[in-house]
Amino acid sequence: MELRKSYFADVRKDDLHEIGQPRPRLDSPGHVTGKTAFFADHNFPGMLHLKMVRSPHHHARIRSIDTSEAEKHPGVVRILTARDVPHNVYTILILIQIGPEDETVLADGKVRWRGEAVVAVLAETERAAQEAAAKVKVDYEVLPAVFDMEEALKPGAPLVNEYHGQNYYLYDSGECRKVRFGDVEAGFAQADHILEQSYQSSPIEHAPTETTGCVVAPEGNDRFTCYTNTQAMFFTLDNTSIILQMPGSKLHFVGGTVGGGFGGKVDVIVEPIAILAAKLTGRPVSFVYSREEEMQISSPRAAEKVVIKDGVMKDGRIAARKVTGYTDAGAYSRHSPYGAQKGAGHYPGPYTIPNVWIDTYCVYTNRTPSSAMRGFGVTIGDFALEVQMDKLARLIGMDPLEFRFINAYRDGDMKAHRQPTEGAALIECMQEASRAANWPVAEKYMAMSSYEKEA
Amino acid sequence: MAIRRGRGVAAINYPTGMNLGGDPTQALVHSTPTGNFMVTLSSVDLGQGMKQIMAQICAETIGVPTDRVVVDTADTDTSPHCMGTFASRGTHRAGNAVIQAAREARQVMLEVAAEELEVDARDLETDGQGNILVKGAPQKSISIFDVALSAHFKRGRSISGRGMFLIPRSYPEKETGAMKPSTCYAHACTVAEVEVDDETGEVTVLTVKNIFEIGRALNPKMVEQQLVGGSWMGISHALYETTEPYYPSRDHGGTDFNQYLMPGPGDLADTEIIVLERPSADGPYGAKGPGEMCANPQIPAVANAIFDAVGVRVDTLPITPERILRALKAEGTV
Repeated sequence: MELRKSYFADVRKDDLHEIGQPRPRLDSPGHVTGKTAFFADHNFPGMLHLKMVRSPHHHARIRSIDTSEAEKHPGVVRILTARDVPHNVYTILILIQIGPEDETVLADGKVRWRGEAVVAVLAETERAAQEAAAKVKVDYEVLPAVFDMEEALKPGAPLVNEYHGQNYYLYDSGECRKVRFGDVEAGFAQADHILEQSYQSSPIEHAPTETTGCVVAPEGNDRFTCYTNTQAMFFTLDNTSIILQMPGSKLHFVGGTVGGGFGGKVDVIVEPIAILAAKLTGRPVSFVYSREEEMQISSPRAAEKVVIKDGVMKDGRIAARKVTGYTDAGAYSRHSPYGAQKGAGHYPGPYTIPNVWIDTYCVYTNRTPSSAMRGFGVTIGDFALEVQMDKLARLIGMDPLEFRFINAYRDGDMKAHRQPTEGAALIECMQEASRAANWPVAEKYMAMSSYEKEA
Repeated sequence: MAIRRGRGVAAINYPTGMNLGGDPTQALVHSTPTGNFMVTLSSVDLGQGMKQIMAQICAETIGVPTDRVVVDTADTDTSPHCMGTFASRGTHRAGNAVIQAAREARQVMLEVAAEELEVDARDLETDGQGNILVKGAPQKSISIFDVALSAHFKRGRSISGRGMFLIPRSYPEKETGAMKPSTCYAHACTVAEVEVDDETGEVTVLTVKNIFEIGRALNPKMVEQQLVGGSWMGISHALYETTEPYYPSRDHGGTDFNQYLMPGPGDLADTEIIVLERPSADGPYGAKGPGEMCANPQIPAVANAIFDAVGVRVDTLPITPERILRALKAEGTV
């Protein structure tokens, strides 16, 4: 890595003692010698292991649940179903008044994705819990499922989630989050070329080294200590408090040292049910995802579809950009309504375009609920935008890097969501890329600045 | 049939933090009896080095070496609220809270030192080595060790501080979408060079040159580890990863690392990282949040390089050999 101090030297003071120094990390020796304590290093006598009975169907009604055989399995201590959970229907963003509550801790009457938690089994060993889980009999009536976002949005599609009533999240702005800036149709009318293209991604996994999990120990005084690898301590504590209808003062979360997150550990899934299990049994409880659960049960990054329509001038200016984004939330909201909204605030990318129209939809389908991941609401949008930029440049016969200089945002430029640009540095990044990659551009672009307008 | 070479570019920006429900983080700082400093947070270190960075920020602000600061993350019985570690917010939000807390603690520390030295606190400065000096008369000084002892056992002062950083909630305007979705923006430009085997559809990323503008590299070595890791993740996202290879079909999802593919050591591109620093107006010592941004520009850069190599577009991620071959076949190229 190289620090190129020549850029922005006039707006930066390099007079600090500790900041800017490549100090060795104080926690590294512990990490690389296996001494650092993670949540799973907490082990208690008499600790129970929790395993989930999960739906084998993408969408089904639950006719009945029979746990009698499982209860007789050696080592089984307790079996939990929906009626054991005090506030079973929840949604995590309710903490900041983003509803409706649309998800169950344990399925109640219905499952909406393959892998959904139905019954929790607690046993003396992981093996006993796993074996007993296989003996729980759930009678399902399979329902039609929908996996494709376009299909889900059509009239008459199977309804994924009754708490929403339709297969998209209803914002205060309607069926999508909207950004309107300038007059996009007038922009298209004056453009020399129009290019409309569609981009698609598939869900991906966070793949942390340490899978999601927690260990809960009763403190002996109606308080419970939860050793957890959540990425958000109080967010998880406060949601647990709601789900268990338990004062926050009874909950003690210990964590803060996590083996990789990437957004995969902000969904509040393992802690509430493990604490409930510890409360109902009076025993310590461990609930740790297997790698298979981490990959197929834990929220992935949403699949997204992005449709971009651009009007571009022969001289390289983008006159108008219309973006329609679809985020596949899976069966439940989790953080997805926010991810789709974040996309609306991110388009049309780091370019100054006078006419912009953005609609972003959060769509429900019968798949593993997606949620936050590194680059939430932005990564797939950037893929679509920057491939589109390449296509536009080639369409008008311009160098792709020079084309970006022409449209790059600079300090003071108004963005589509009506915030003035501050602290821009796109131009300088591209100038350095031109040098480092030996990708020459015209001298006028090398003379540009993000904060000083040339005469 | 040939190995074809191509080059692609992408340029992006990335927002720091989130605004959905307000974006707060708090920090507490206090001195021990011998002048070490404890930072108490409920922010989470995911392995990226949050604790180290908060220690350096606290040390810089108080005026002591970093090894005199201990950071305790995440015990809800003792630590104040943090929204969490996500949205590239950790360094920016918690860092600002630590600066505020450390400034308050520093002020008490200087007041105690002023009493001991019988001078005005405004005339004191720290040397960054653990001492407090009278400006212009550095021979008149006291160690922070002695100041802390005095505060604890003689003066009855708590050298401590509270820090709070809040970005208030922004409600998007319904019709226009006017909103303030985040604070400062980091930037990047990536140039990727690839080879594509038009017989097998396999892509080899030869080189990836990443230019990142991140406000301030608070610890350049840690910046490097995060940016190199992010660059790898971006390439992996572009070419390898998915839990649903035939999305929207739910079939054939990987359940372990034998089935869920990622590039291994032999697949690593020659990776170059260049960092620019335009300090942000509201960041801790000018820092922005580069944690998420650094994994984004490689994806379109690689996609554009593949087109440059073989002349077909694959607009669906991941860009697998199967998709490349199907696109070549559709074009009639093979």
